[in-house]
Amino acid sequence: MANAEATRNPVAAVAPRGFGGKAGALLFRGRALVALFALLITFSILSPAFLSAANLTILLKHVAINAIMAVGMTFVILSGGIDLSVGSIAGLSGMIAGLLIDQGIVLRSFGVVVYFDVWLVILLAALAGAAVGAVNGLLVSRLSVAPFIATLGTMYAARGAALLISGGATFPNLAGRPELHNTGFAILGSETLLHIPVPIWLMLFFGVGGAFLAARTPFGRHVYAVGGNERAALLSGIRVKRVQLLVYILSGCCSAIVGMIIASQLGASHPATGESFELNAIAAVVLGGTSLMGGRGGIGGTIIGALVIGALADGLVLMGVSEFWQIVIKGVVIVVAVVLDQMQRRFRW
Amino acid sequence: MSPSPVLAARGVSKQFPGTLALDRVDFPAPAGQVTALVGENGAGKSTLMQILAGIDQPTGGRLELDGRPVEFASSREAAARGVAMIHQELSLLPEMSVADNIFLGHELSRRGVLDRAAEERRTTELLDRLEQAIHPRTPAGSLPLGQQQAIEIARAMARDARVLIMDEPTSALSAAEVDVLFRVIRDLKSRGVAIVYITHHLEELLDISDSVTVLRDGRVVAEAACESVRLDWIVEKMTGGIAASEAKTPRAVGAPVFSARNLSLGRDVRNVSFEVGAGEIVGFYGLLGAGRTPLFEAIAGLRVEDSGELRLGGRDLGGLSIAARLRAGIALVPESRQRDAIVPALSVRENILLASRGGMYVSAAKERAKAAELVMKLRIRTADAENPITSLSGGNQQKVVLARYLLTSPKLFLLDEPTCGVDIGARAEIYEIIRRLAAEGMAVLFASCDLQEIMTLATRILVMASGRITGVFTASEASEEALVAASSPLAAGGSRGQR
Repeated sequence: MANAEATRNPVAAVAPRGFGGKAGALLFRGRALVALFALLITFSILSPAFLSAANLTILLKHVAINAIMAVGMTFVILSGGIDLSVGSIAGLSGMIAGLLIDQGIVLRSFGVVVYFDVWLVILLAALAGAAVGAVNGLLVSRLSVAPFIATLGTMYAARGAALLISGGATFPNLAGRPELHNTGFAILGSETLLHIPVPIWLMLFFGVGGAFLAARTPFGRHVYAVGGNERAALLSGIRVKRVQLLVYILSGCCSAIVGMIIASQLGASHPATGESFELNAIAAVVLGGTSLMGGRGGIGGTIIGALVIGALADGLVLMGVSEFWQIVIKGVVIVVAVVLDQMQRRFRW
Repeated sequence: MSPSPVLAARGVSKQFPGTLALDRVDFPAPAGQVTALVGENGAGKSTLMQILAGIDQPTGGRLELDGRPVEFASSREAAARGVAMIHQELSLLPEMSVADNIFLGHELSRRGVLDRAAEERRTTELLDRLEQAIHPRTPAGSLPLGQQQAIEIARAMARDARVLIMDEPTSALSAAEVDVLFRVIRDLKSRGVAIVYITHHLEELLDISDSVTVLRDGRVVAEAACESVRLDWIVEKMTGGIAASEAKTPRAVGAPVFSARNLSLGRDVRNVSFEVGAGEIVGFYGLLGAGRTPLFEAIAGLRVEDSGELRLGGRDLGGLSIAARLRAGIALVPESRQRDAIVPALSVRENILLASRGGMYVSAAKERAKAAELVMKLRIRTADAENPITSLSGGNQQKVVLARYLLTSPKLFLLDEPTCGVDIGARAEIYEIIRRLAAEGMAVLFASCDLQEIMTLATRILVMASGRITGVFTASEASEEALVAASSPLAAGGSRGQR
């Protein structure tokens, strides 16, 4: 069909032109990937330990934490928003999981303490993250609060709530007790499946699932449309407010999972968990080529962005570069990535 | 016997703060007919359309669908009931593919997964019917405007719209593309679709419509079957009998003020040369995308020309920034007042003084006096210059923007669509202001896609198409037909659509 048409009009026969077409998109993703490989090669030459299985496993476990959070963040940014509350949500859900395992819920009027199965704990803590996300989403979509401000507010509120749960203290023992049937929380962070740590599996799950959701479902297309041109989306009959609500809920869920992975790895939950994580997540999204203006980018890029940040941090540590220099280098890399992105857009490379 | 209307407005009113945009309007759109809706800017056409399409809600009266009262809370609800609208400002997402755009908001999916193959197949079918050979995966933003318009129509067709509201569908189209569009409209008509057709181009209206409704100042002033009316009757109803064209007194053109030589700017402006003298009002006519706005932006320094020479009073403007050109005496009143001109958070006074260079400190008393003087001089209707700019009507906001740039004492005044969204009364006042400025020796360039405005205001007319100047007319020798002919992209030698 298309071929018959093509002969009639030569212009249409040409594969999609310009940036945003397949070739353009590949080139675009390619840049972050090229940077990643360059880093891997450089570090493996400079430090033989870098490519060892042990080191790569540690690297990927670190990356997983940022990447899972960044997947949720990507949806928010694609829709034209931003979520500053992700770090606090991670802290809050970690504390809720800690409370439920360590202390249980005290029902004073019945004089009993209720403990939950670990899977129920995980579900409840994830729901708490989703609830904070829903508050973000409602503030942004229904009350038209600027996303930066709305999530700045919930960032403080959720952090405060995390501190209130324990009065600022740490829940030191998340192992659970066999007599209460609530052991096994370690599975999220410390155990392995087929010799691969569970956090890495989770990263894979969120990465693939997120990419599928973004690229292959109506919801994903609506997210791009809302971020690309909110009015056009509205006029196309897209429920813009609902899309906005859902992306923040999604982001809240991702952050809650991250909070629990960290608590599980430490075997303890601390209310300061996740501080400044939001910046790492945003950095991964931006490095992956997603536009902060919304409407352009994708999950694949974000995962690569998280890998670049992780490889950079890990490699610099192995090389013994001072921690202070590491911070400077990370900043420079982010700015360079954005400058390249801008140049690409301007000249339509 | 006319068929019963599918969608109808019954006594619809719309009250905005300060103005009654629609006053008890009855408007039926019968199945299988094209109903044209005409009126001057500010007559209430767009408000009525937005109400019909569910984007806005009436404050009085009601809508009827198939004879039953209906309320649309949103365009989504209207679309679900078969009412689709094609917007003048195209609402495609440029980075998304054609197929994605067509099915945006009502995606084809199987068990929650997008069915791209089916979408692309349907897209090809729809585009076939529209006689457009476009690959479904082409990014919508890479297509010429005419084809983007076709995508919008395909989108409405994909939803099996029973009522199709088209807002200025031909404003961006070449003559050949208009023919295709009209064939599509006739095809839709024969399938029983009710079409509401809004246009400024009165010439084409009688070709395609079955009946015409004229709006003026928010009221329906006339309705008639198209076979029984003539163009001048419609014009008379639109303007209320007041001849819009006032006597144009030929004026002696003063010394040359500004010249452009072989100016080029990518695909937007190609090899444009012209000269303008003191006291001249030069009108640039052309279709959407003809290159008028890029030309003006290049002159004002917003965009850097690829090649060519701009001279103001003998001085080469090459390399000068916007600020430097403003100081040299070039002021641009931009096309989009909301986006590029007014600062909504500031008062009328602050908006007026935005472009003025103060001394070391701002003297509040002096500023107030200056602003008050301009408010008087341009008859800006506001109780107090300290009121927020957003409290003013479109016409008065435009006068504030004019005042701002007048304070820079321009020698060359560029006005891009100076009366866009301005009501008739304020429009006449703005024409008067422009004429007065020219009489004082200013050189004025203005761009407009409104033929009447061009004919009324300009002392000389340059027509643009596809980035080139395709016609030069003095006010006395210009006719609407000649301008329209010159503005066709075919006149530029090779249309930008097919290349």
